[in-house]
Amino acid sequence: MVSLLDIIGPVMVGPSSSHTAGACRLGLLARNLVDGTPQRARIELHGSFARTGEGHGTDKAIAGGLMGFRPDDERLRTALDIAEREGLAYTFEKTKLGDETLHPNSVRVTVERGDRQVVMLGSSLGAGRVLVSEIDGFPVEIHGAYHAIVLVAEDVKGSIARIAAILADDGLNIATLRLTRKERGGDAFMVIELDEAPDDKARDDIRALSWVRWAHRLDRVSG
Amino acid sequence: MYTSLREAIRDAEARKISLARLALELEAKDQGRPVGEIRDALQRALDVMRGAIAQGLTGEFRSASGLVGGDAAKLLHGPPGPLAGTPFRDVLARALAVQEINAAMGVIVAAPTAGGAGVLPAVLTGLADARGLDDEQLVDALATAGLIGAVVAVRASLSGAEGGCQAETGAAAGMAAGAGTEMLGGTPAQVGHAVALAQQGTLGLVCDPLGGLVELPCVFRNATGAAIALAAIEMALAGITFAIPADEVIDTMGEIGREMDVRYRETAGGGLAATPTGRKLARERLVQIKRG
Repeated sequence: MVSLLDIIGPVMVGPSSSHTAGACRLGLLARNLVDGTPQRARIELHGSFARTGEGHGTDKAIAGGLMGFRPDDERLRTALDIAEREGLAYTFEKTKLGDETLHPNSVRVTVERGDRQVVMLGSSLGAGRVLVSEIDGFPVEIHGAYHAIVLVAEDVKGSIARIAAILADDGLNIATLRLTRKERGGDAFMVIELDEAPDDKARDDIRALSWVRWAHRLDRVSG
Repeated sequence: MYTSLREAIRDAEARKISLARLALELEAKDQGRPVGEIRDALQRALDVMRGAIAQGLTGEFRSASGLVGGDAAKLLHGPPGPLAGTPFRDVLARALAVQEINAAMGVIVAAPTAGGAGVLPAVLTGLADARGLDDEQLVDALATAGLIGAVVAVRASLSGAEGGCQAETGAAAGMAAGAGTEMLGGTPAQVGHAVALAQQGTLGLVCDPLGGLVELPCVFRNATGAAIALAAIEMALAGITFAIPADEVIDTMGEIGREMDVRYRETAGGGLAATPTGRKLARERLVQIKRG
């Protein structure tokens, strides 16, 4: 369903909803995976992102997103300068991340903060819509249209019930839940989209479970 | 939201209400939010649109490549042409202004997209200011434009990479034509004819930006898109009808977009981007961006 406010919007820093606003949103999502502005970021641009990214400010938009700037934040224009002052060490590379089945506006971001490192593959689908398709090698499908919690857990029985109970106790309603794993008995990757924004407590309660390797809040970036 | 303008026009006529009111009520229902909140969001969009126009008209902003900027101010201060002193010239200036700001990484409203962001604010605020209409009427017009854009999104496309520029500035022209027609007192049926008249005039329009950047010809396509919208409004309000219904013109745009060679869909592989001068400018200016 198309919303009227999707058509008359978003309010954004130009020049391109896909190459600028969408790129910024991917940066915001990657930032969430390390709980804040990363100290180091390796940004690999693919396809049209690599070819026309500089002219569209794609580099500034991703760096800005990593620092928590939203698509309508005028600081995006000078985000690379700000990154240097704020201690975000970034590198940009133009590369080929996949064959023609990978969306032409794609980027792989490797972010580090403290002892945490995450690799995220995402694409900007047009009109500011985004898709995260891989996190640390796990296939996912995250559009950033919901608040979410993402986590990796050991494949133990009853894990979903425990996590659902924690979320229910915090008054959070689950919109969607997806579980993927690379092999039977291997670690499971959970994406839980929520109707309400979770606070740090929900995340920390999930982190406190002994069989959860890591968990992060993924704030909604669109919709 | 509606997927057919014919159905929207039929419902508005049956209830004897404007398309704007129809769109606002349906959006409120779809989103589970009061109409007032939708209006507030559209008012914020309107404020950003006016801000971008004001910034662009100063003539002080240039794009990353330096290829565009400063032309909106020429329409404001430059020598007069046959349209001097008319809302038409003012609308052209505003369309250039918004798109120059977009190219300079300023803040705009992607309506329907960033590349076509100049048409709607230029046509609507230009006409409203000329007629002394207030923000409430402009918010209504934005709602009507949103309804039209939603129909285009579902039936065809709003992406230059998918459908060429007919899906960006062309769709924007259709939205502006319909919304402007209603804002100036046109009936729902006249809105339909205005959309069809504007959209038929942009069928086949390719997306061929130099170097793949939203600069050239995008800035000027917004001005000519606004001109087409004004022509459609003038004709529709005069009682002129277009024999092919708006839905079918929009479907045609989608069909042409799907058949359009990839060189003409934002890849800079054809059209103006592939001309000798287009290639040369892209080469020189892209190098400049890297140095800058």
